Amino acid sequence: MSASTKTIEEITRRGYEHGFVTDIEQETVPPGLNEDVIRFISAKKEEPEWLLEWRLEAYRHWLTMKEPTWAAVHYPKIDFQAISYYAAPKTDKNRPKSLDEVDPKLLETYEKLGIPLHEREVLAGVAVDAVFDSVSVATSYKAKLAEKGIIFCSFSEAVREHPELVRKYLGTVVPYRDNFYAALNSAVFSDGSFVYIPKGVRCPMELSTYFRMNARNTGQFERTLIICDEGGYVSYLEGCTAPQRDENQLHAAVVELIAHDNAEIKYSTVQNWYPGDEEGRGGIYNFVTKRGLCAGRKSKISWTQVETGSAITWKYPSCILRGDESVGEFYSVAVTRDAQQADTGTKMIHIGKNTRSTIVSKGISAGRGQQTYRGLVRILPTADGARNFSQCDSMLMGDKCGAHTVPYIDVQNPTAQIEHEATTSKIGEEQIFYCKQRGISEEDAVSLIVNGFCKDVFRTLPMEFAVEAQKLLEVTLENSVG
Amino acid sequence: MTALLEIKNLHASVDGKEILKGIDLTIQPGEVHAIMGPNGSGKSTLSKVLSGHEGYEVTEGEILFRGKDLLALSPEDRAREGVFLGFQYPVEIPGVSNTYFLKAAVNAIRKYRGQPELDAMEFLKLIKERMKLVKMDEKLLNRPVNEGFSGGEKKRNEIFQMAVLEPTLAILDEIDSGLDIDALRIVAEGVNSLRAPDRGFLLITHYQRLLEYIVPDYVHVLVRGKFVRSGGKELAEELERSGYALFEDAAA
Repeated sequence: MSASTKTIEEITRRGYEHGFVTDIEQETVPPGLNEDVIRFISAKKEEPEWLLEWRLEAYRHWLTMKEPTWAAVHYPKIDFQAISYYAAPKTDKNRPKSLDEVDPKLLETYEKLGIPLHEREVLAGVAVDAVFDSVSVATSYKAKLAEKGIIFCSFSEAVREHPELVRKYLGTVVPYRDNFYAALNSAVFSDGSFVYIPKGVRCPMELSTYFRMNARNTGQFERTLIICDEGGYVSYLEGCTAPQRDENQLHAAVVELIAHDNAEIKYSTVQNWYPGDEEGRGGIYNFVTKRGLCAGRKSKISWTQVETGSAITWKYPSCILRGDESVGEFYSVAVTRDAQQADTGTKMIHIGKNTRSTIVSKGISAGRGQQTYRGLVRILPTADGARNFSQCDSMLMGDKCGAHTVPYIDVQNPTAQIEHEATTSKIGEEQIFYCKQRGISEEDAVSLIVNGFCKDVFRTLPMEFAVEAQKLLEVTLENSVG
Repeated sequence: MTALLEIKNLHASVDGKEILKGIDLTIQPGEVHAIMGPNGSGKSTLSKVLSGHEGYEVTEGEILFRGKDLLALSPEDRAREGVFLGFQYPVEIPGVSNTYFLKAAVNAIRKYRGQPELDAMEFLKLIKERMKLVKMDEKLLNRPVNEGFSGGEKKRNEIFQMAVLEPTLAILDEIDSGLDIDALRIVAEGVNSLRAPDRGFLLITHYQRLLEYIVPDYVHVLVRGKFVRSGGKELAEELERSGYALFEDAAA
C-alpha cells in the first residue's frame, strides 16, 4: 500500500467516528448569541473555568464594540443573532474498514477540496489535522511528532492536554480587545489547531490543516495558536474550500504565532472558499485576524497567502518585530473576480533594533472584482536600523474591475530605510496573442501569464502547495479574458 | 501538389478601415517569398491576418493552408497546424521563463498532432541542439520571455523559437528591424539553416538589406494594400535603387 493510501485510510478510518457528510445529524445550538450559548460551547468542550471566564470577558467586551466599517468592502449588515455558534457532528462508531467502505460523498468532498485521492502522494509526509465543521476529526503522524516533543493537535485537545501552554500564550498576540471579530472569535471559537515546537527542534514535516465548512448557516470561528520555542522551526500549511451554499457564511478566525529567539515560523495559506454566485450571493465572509509575534532575537515569521475564494476578504496577516534583528515577511496573491471584494494586506510593526520586513503583494482583479491592498509599515522609535521593502503589483483583467493600493507608512526613527514599489498592469491581449501564436490555448496563456506575475510569491510556497495554488488560479480565472 | 499557402483575393480591415484590398499569393513548399513595401502598406496586417489576430477582420477572400481553410481556425490551431509568426515586436512575459514557455508551446502542438509530450530531458536536448543554430546565449533560456532582452536578442529568440517549433510556414515580420549588421547576419544564418524542401517562408521587410542574406525565390511589392509588382530577387535590387515612389504611383 502506498504511503498516501495509508494516510487516507488512517484519516478516513479515524475520522469517520465524527462523520463527514452533510446527511449526518448535527448537534447544533439554535441561532443566537448570549452568555448561555458561550457556557454551552465551553461545557461541551469540557473546558476549564479560566477559559470560560476568558470567553465571557471577550463576549462582554464584544458587546461594547462596533463592527468596523473602514475597509473598502460592501455587504449587507450581518445579523449576529441569526448565526448558530456551535455544530459538532455526532459520533458514529461504525468505522469503514477500507476505502471501499468510505462514503463516496466523502471522496467527492476530497475532490472538491482539491485533494483528489489519486494525488494524495503530495500529502505523504504531511501531517493532516482536518477541521471539518467545528471539531477536529483526524490527526495523523502525531506519534512521530511526539517523539521530537512536538505538539500538533486540535485546539480543544491542547486545552485538555496542555492547558498551561494554552493559558500562557492564548490572546498574547491578538488580545480579545484587538478588534470586533477577534473579540467575537475569542468568545465563541470552536476549534482549530495548536502547535508547539520545543527548543532547538526543527519540525521534520510540513504541518497542514484542511478546513471544510459543511453546516448550513454556521459561522466558523477557528482559533490557531503556534508557538515555536528557541531555535525551533516549523512550516504550517492551511488550505480551505467550502461547498456551495445559499446563505452567507461568516468566518472569523484568529491565528496567533509566537517565535522565540532564533525560531522561525512559516505559515502558508491557500484559501478557496465559495465566493458566491456571480452576484456574490452565498459566498463566504472571511474576516480574519492573523498576527505573529517575533518575540525573540533573530526570530523570523513568514506569511504566504494565496487568496482566491470568499465573497469578501478582510485580512491582514501581520508581524510584530519585537526581538532585535527579527524578520517579518508577507507574500500574497489575491484574486477577485465577479462580485468578489478583498481588502487585504499586512502590518509590519518594527520595535526591535535592526529588524527587517519584506512585503510582496500581487493582486489580480477580473470581472467586477474589487481589490484593495492596505498595508502598514510602522517603525517605532526603538527600532534603530529597521528596514522594509514593499512591492505591491496589481493586474487587471477586463475593464470593470478595480485595484487600489493604500500603503500607510509611519516612521518614528530616522535610521529606518523604507522602500515601496507599486505597479498596475493590464493583462495584455498582445501577450495572449503571442502565446496563442505559439500554439498555447487561451486558458493556458492566461494561467501562464498570471503565474509569471505571481512567481515571486509562489516560489515561497512549499512545493505541493505551489502546485495547488497554480491550479486554483487557473480554475479561478477561467474565462476571465475576452 | 497542394500549395503550402494560397491567398485568394484577400480583403481585410482594422476598425472598419480597409487595409488589404485584394491580395493573391501562392507559396509552394520550399519557397521563400519576400513582401516589401513602404510603411503603412499593409505588410504587418497581412502577417496578423494569416496568424489570426482578432483585431483584423477579413471582409472578403480566402486563405488555404495546405488545402485547409485557414480562416476557420483559431490562432492556436493555426500555430499547431504549422504556421509560425516571427513578431516584429515580441512581447515580454514577466516571470515566465523562456524554457517553460517554449515547453508549453511544443507540447501543446505535439498534443494537437497526437504525438506524445516531451519530458523535461527530451525537451532540454531539443533546445540545446536548436540553440546552436541561432547562437543563443544559454543564459537567455532561463530569463523571462523577452524581458530585458535587447532588440537583437528578442529577434534571435524568435528565430530560436521557430527552430524549436519547426513550422511548415514561417512568417517573419520585419525580423531585420533594429538589428545591427552582426545580429542580422546571425538571424539570417539561422533562417537559412532552417530552409527545407517542405517548409515555406514569408519574409516581410522594409529594406532590401535582409534579402542579401536570405535570398528569396520571389519578391512582391505591396503598396496601399495591393501587390503592385511581383518578380524574382532582382526586383528587390531594383526597388533599392528606385525606391517605393515609383510603385506608389503605380498603385494610385
